[in-house]
Amino acid sequence: MRRDIFHAIADPTRREIIKLVSLNPMTPNSLADHFDISRQAVSKHIKILSECSLLEQEYSGREIYYRLSPAKLKPLDEWLEPFRLMWQKRFNELDKLLSKKNKTKNQRR
Amino acid sequence: MEIVKDAAQKKIFIKREFNAELEKVWQAWTTAELLDEWWAPKPWKARTKSLDFREGGKWFYAMVGPDGSESWVRMDIITVSPLKSFTVYDNFTDENGNTNPALPGMEWKCEFSKTADGTLVSVEISFSSEENMKKIIEMGFEEGFSSALNNLDEVFKN
Repeated sequence: MRRDIFHAIADPTRREIIKLVSLNPMTPNSLADHFDISRQAVSKHIKILSECSLLEQEYSGREIYYRLSPAKLKPLDEWLEPFRLMWQKRFNELDKLLSKKNKTKNQRR
Repeated sequence: MEIVKDAAQKKIFIKREFNAELEKVWQAWTTAELLDEWWAPKPWKARTKSLDFREGGKWFYAMVGPDGSESWVRMDIITVSPLKSFTVYDNFTDENGNTNPALPGMEWKCEFSKTADGTLVSVEISFSSEENMKKIIEMGFEEGFSSALNNLDEVFKN
C-alpha cells in the first residue's frame, strides 16, 4: 500500500484532519468530535496519516496529542504550486474582465 | 482560490468565487471573444478559431506564446446545462484539430452557483491516469513559471 503525502490527502476526512492539527495539537477524541463518522473510522484515518509520516505523536500525561509535521507537506506544494499560479493568473484576468463588464451599461452579448 | 489534487481519484478540483452575477460569469466561460481575453495565463494569449457552444459542439483555439508559437487545443463539448454546468473533453491537437496522441486529454466539469456576493465556479478536471495528471501539471509548471517571470517584469517597471 502506498503511504505518501498524495495518499494522505486523497481523502476529504484526512484533509480535514490535516487542517485541524495544523492549528493545534489534538487528541484522537477531540479530533473525532469534529466528524460525523465513528471514532474508529477517524482513528483509521489518523493511523494512515501517521503511516504517511504526516502526524507526530506527543504524550502529555495519559493523552496522546497529534500534530502536523509540516515538512512532509512540501512535495505537495512543489508539485502543485506552479499549477496553482497558472490558475490564479487566469482567474485574475477573468476578474478584470468581469469588473470591466460591470462598468459597461449597455452590454454587447 | 482553492485547488486540491486527488491523486487516488486522478482528479484536480479548483474552486473560485467571482464578484459578478452568474449570467456574466457564465458568459465569460462560454463566449469566444470573452474567453480570448482571459483564458490564457499571461504572457500567453488565447485565440479562438471556432466555438460552437452546445452539446456536440467544439471550442477550437490556440494558445499563442510571446514568441508567436502556437499550441492548439480542441475542447469537445459533451454536456451543457445552461447557467448551471458544462462538461468538455480537452484534447491537444495540431493546427487542423487532429488530436496529438502524445499528450494526454482530460475531462473538465465546470459548475456555476450563486453565492451571497457573486458566483462560485467549481472545476473538476479528471485524468485517465496519474501519470497523465503529472504530465499536465508539469506543462502547467512551464506556463506558471513564465507567468512568474512576467510578474517580475511588472515589479521592475515600477
